[in-house]
Amino acid sequence: MGKYVVRRLLQMVLVLFGASIILFLALFVIPGDPIATSQGEGHQLDKASHDAIARRYHLDQPLPQQYVGYVGRLLKGDLGESYSYRRPVTTIIREKIGNTAKLAVAAIVLEIALGIIAGIIAAVFRYSFLDVLVTLSTTVAIGVPTFVIGLALQNVFAVNLHWLPLQGQQAGRESIILPAITLAAVNIALVARLMRGAMSEVLRADYIRTAYAKGLSKRVVIMKHALRNSIIPVLTYLGISFGALLGGALITETVFNWNGIGLALVGAIQQQDNPIVLGVVTYGVAVFVVVNLIVDISYAFLDPRIRLE
Amino acid sequence: MTEPLLSVEDLRVHFHTDAGVVKAVDGVSWSVAPGETLGIVGESGSGKSVSALAVMGLVPVPPARYESGRILFKGRDLIAADEKERRAIRGKEISMIFQDPLTALNPVFRVGHQIAEVIQAHEKIGRIPARAKAVELLGEVGIPNPRQRAREYPHQFSGGMRQRAMIAMALALDPLVLLADEPTTALDVTVQAQIMDLLIRLQADRGTAIVLITHDLGLVAGHADRVLVMYAGKVAELGTIDDVYYRPRHPYTLGLLNSLARMDQRRTDRLRPIIGQPPSLIRVPPGCAFHPRCPFATDVCRRDVPALEPKDGPDHLAACHHADQVELQQSPAAS
Repeated sequence: MGKYVVRRLLQMVLVLFGASIILFLALFVIPGDPIATSQGEGHQLDKASHDAIARRYHLDQPLPQQYVGYVGRLLKGDLGESYSYRRPVTTIIREKIGNTAKLAVAAIVLEIALGIIAGIIAAVFRYSFLDVLVTLSTTVAIGVPTFVIGLALQNVFAVNLHWLPLQGQQAGRESIILPAITLAAVNIALVARLMRGAMSEVLRADYIRTAYAKGLSKRVVIMKHALRNSIIPVLTYLGISFGALLGGALITETVFNWNGIGLALVGAIQQQDNPIVLGVVTYGVAVFVVVNLIVDISYAFLDPRIRLE
Repeated sequence: MTEPLLSVEDLRVHFHTDAGVVKAVDGVSWSVAPGETLGIVGESGSGKSVSALAVMGLVPVPPARYESGRILFKGRDLIAADEKERRAIRGKEISMIFQDPLTALNPVFRVGHQIAEVIQAHEKIGRIPARAKAVELLGEVGIPNPRQRAREYPHQFSGGMRQRAMIAMALALDPLVLLADEPTTALDVTVQAQIMDLLIRLQADRGTAIVLITHDLGLVAGHADRVLVMYAGKVAELGTIDDVYYRPRHPYTLGLLNSLARMDQRRTDRLRPIIGQPPSLIRVPPGCAFHPRCPFATDVCRRDVPALEPKDGPDHLAACHHADQVELQQSPAAS
């Protein structure tokens, strides 16, 4: 087990390395001059200032040299300096990651709670009214784009009902409700469907019949014997969906003006603030890999047949 | 025969499916006395398991429906009993073991825990004493090193070991009745014999009534007191092993015996299979369900359902219009 974790962490270094090459190249094939863009519209830089800025951000060097320098600083934990903020990217990420993490955690809690409960209910009461309701609502949640869901929620609960704040974080705890629902919507639906499928299959298994034959109550049979077996595919999905969650945060944070790294990333992409883009995405890849490692380790606890080697 | 402990009377369990009504159990009666072993034999799809599952209350309703009948256990009708009452009986007074021990145990829980669970479900007992009892039971069913084995998972057990664990689970609370649905079918032959010996030994110790459901006539001959032969959801023949095996009064039983290689008789001719296929339980032939495959069939068989009536003696019942003509080609005396 310890060996397994170490090997996976070493693999993570390789993944990050690969991701950094791809990202680095991708950002530099985008046409345009980041230095000019960072000055905002209508400002013209003279040649000397332009060259000075280029030197400061190593943009005067050939691409391979820039990359080597970047990786070297990355290994020291330095993600470089933002063109537009003129501050270290790590500081900017540190300032904003908390807000995004709050949103992501709230979304995952919703996914687990609502998705799994809806899936269990749909599977246990298959073909009932509740099951049909779950199927219909999940179809809507999957089919409608995230930003439309966000705008619709804002319209209903903020603009018309005045129950919840429209956007931002000034209203305190309540302000997280709508963005969290928006961010989680698609995944709640997908988790519910996965859970329904897995649970329906497990409920037909022989060991479920054995559990009933022992005289256990329906509640124990479903919440212990069936749940433990049907949660594994859902867990896998939750791990994979974590990447999508970071992508979703981009849209959700924009719609709700949520001051997280998603919003920072959108701004950085528009201004060609490449150090921020590179830093945030590298950070995202690292988090994704760690989350999936945790998911893989938790398999071994849920299903004793899985041995980590 | 002593007073029956469990009796199924005129049970009809029909499954209402999109394709039609499946008459899985269609007017079946049987009973079992303390310490007795009743064998229920029949082909796949003859409805032999469904009456046992009905006793357990494990037939899914819907699609199934109880059209008629009673299941009497200690003077109570289980079909009329509520779920709470039935749950108190399941696993404690009547328990069941299943065909495939590979899939009948939950893969994610330790074997010892799964045994302790049935004890805790029915008795006020702490976790630790329940675990100790589980270890004891594993030892009793012949699992070496039970303390360590109790901490293992089903996939670490061999097929025979798993069935032993299932038996330990089923007999944990000394039930009065054990329903064994094809308990040895998934196991290889030497393990089959060990499992049956174990069941018989435990039965002798505890006076458990066993209902042995199988398609294996040999298994029933070796271990049951009486045998019930089922065909297309109905009882074809019921009697003691000697009655049914040596003086069958139903052509289906005769066909089964003729298609069987027997070690206790010299065979001079080839085994004779029963021609044709068992009917779909959705479209059971009119009259006697066996008539399309029966060498004795006449017009009356195509028209009237034969009643289950005593033949030879009061305890030997057969449902055949031509029971008198049915004769085992080789009587034991002739060999």
